[in-house]
Amino acid sequence: MEQSRKCILLVDDDIDYIFQTKLVLEKAGFRVVSAQSLDEARQALAETRPDVAVLDLMMEVMDAGFVLSYEIKRKDPTIPVILATAVTHETGLEFDAATSEERDWVRADVVLTKPVRPEQLLREVHRLLGL
Amino acid sequence: MTQLNMKILAVDDELGMRMAVARVLDRKTDRLPDIEDEVLYEVRQSGSGEEALDIIRDWSPDIVLLDHKLPGISGLDVLEELSKTTNDFLVVMITAYASLETAVKATKLGSYDFLAKPFTPEELRVTVRKTAKNLILQRQARKHAEEKRQVRFQFISVLAHELKAPLASIEGYLRILQDFQPGDDLDSLRHMVDRSLIRLDGMRKLILDLLDLTHIESGKKSRELSDVDVREIIQTAMETSLPAARDKQIEVRLHADQPVMMRADRSEIEIIMNNLVTNSIKYNRPGGTVDIRLDSNRGAVSISVADTGIGMTKEEQERLFVEFYRVKNNKTKNILGSGLGLAIVKKLALLYDGDVTVVSEPDVGTTFTVDLQDGISASS
Repeated sequence: MEQSRKCILLVDDDIDYIFQTKLVLEKAGFRVVSAQSLDEARQALAETRPDVAVLDLMMEVMDAGFVLSYEIKRKDPTIPVILATAVTHETGLEFDAATSEERDWVRADVVLTKPVRPEQLLREVHRLLGL
Repeated sequence: MTQLNMKILAVDDELGMRMAVARVLDRKTDRLPDIEDEVLYEVRQSGSGEEALDIIRDWSPDIVLLDHKLPGISGLDVLEELSKTTNDFLVVMITAYASLETAVKATKLGSYDFLAKPFTPEELRVTVRKTAKNLILQRQARKHAEEKRQVRFQFISVLAHELKAPLASIEGYLRILQDFQPGDDLDSLRHMVDRSLIRLDGMRKLILDLLDLTHIESGKKSRELSDVDVREIIQTAMETSLPAARDKQIEVRLHADQPVMMRADRSEIEIIMNNLVTNSIKYNRPGGTVDIRLDSNRGAVSISVADTGIGMTKEEQERLFVEFYRVKNNKTKNILGSGLGLAIVKKLALLYDGDVTVVSEPDVGTTFTVDLQDGISASS
């Protein structure tokens, strides 16, 4: 199977979300590397080049998702990034990735509002990989 | 002390009157009773109602001194026009022969006060001073109400988020379990059920903490003051958290050789101690220690809880007592909590004319100290 070799980096500080999403993505044939913090994610990125990165915006520091997205894109602009966030009303950060200008600033290809259903995420991953 | 600018528009068709107002008030400072700030008056003049309406719109004065008898539209007409919009200024009607009818109508249309012509400079000063004070207090009250509304709104937004997160996670597990097939990994099933129960537990704790908090805040919680032994309450809190301490091989020690009695609501002291003891274990390192010290001195009781845990940075300490604030980093990522515990402890300590303070160093430990006054003085 072609997609069995595809690797997804999943970064979120909610261990339940990681467990559930990992299960769904693995069932769909992906390899999943997960990280629960900015540091863990950086470590994972040093060891693997993911085909898609799925990042939670707010972890131990408020904009961890932005920082990571920026670092991934700088390293390899071809890696698609999905940014998941629940916190528009808490951070006051209103953004979207609808226009290319916004995508350029946010540095994410897709912005999803949490809670993100694993199936919804799977759909976006398929779309970004052209599967 | 800062200076408040107070813009005054004098509307009168008699030039002499307007000049008099300007002479008494323009660029003069004044101190108002009960207001800390000094006031600086600035006066503009207008000879007609029509012009006055324009100036009010463009200049937005704070006080309008409005003559009733004007060449074009009358003072009452101006008031009527102004009453159609919401305004952030006060109007003082100036009138030579204040008929009762005019007074009643002007009051109905929102005039704050009257000044009878002719008036002395002192009468003018007194009336303007009273009006300015009222305006400032009115604005402060409005600002305060708005801030309270904002805080409330923020609280509810965060609360909704905190309640939604465990729901989403439990729902996620149930959906996976819905498709569970015979032959699927049983360990995984057990893990999902366990995690769901842990998240449910966290949610219940949040709701209980929330109830504690609203009870304290509403002031409606019936407080039952009696003579309680703080040492005994601490011992009970220690026993309650014994399983958690044992799990992490943490030794909790109490340094108090005799009972410490104080007049207090037992349940309030229990909430304080349970929160502090639980935290000292949750945020400790495995194999660490907790030292609880209890002192009393003429009605003042001081309790300190010192752990050997992960500690906090200065920045984290500053926000610690804010509702829903939780220290988020690699070391705390698997520690559950409602984010309300310390906010509750703080509010309770304040009920006893006391306070809670924190001293902490990252990776060395944290000491919380609660100082309480005997409930006799606090309840009065």
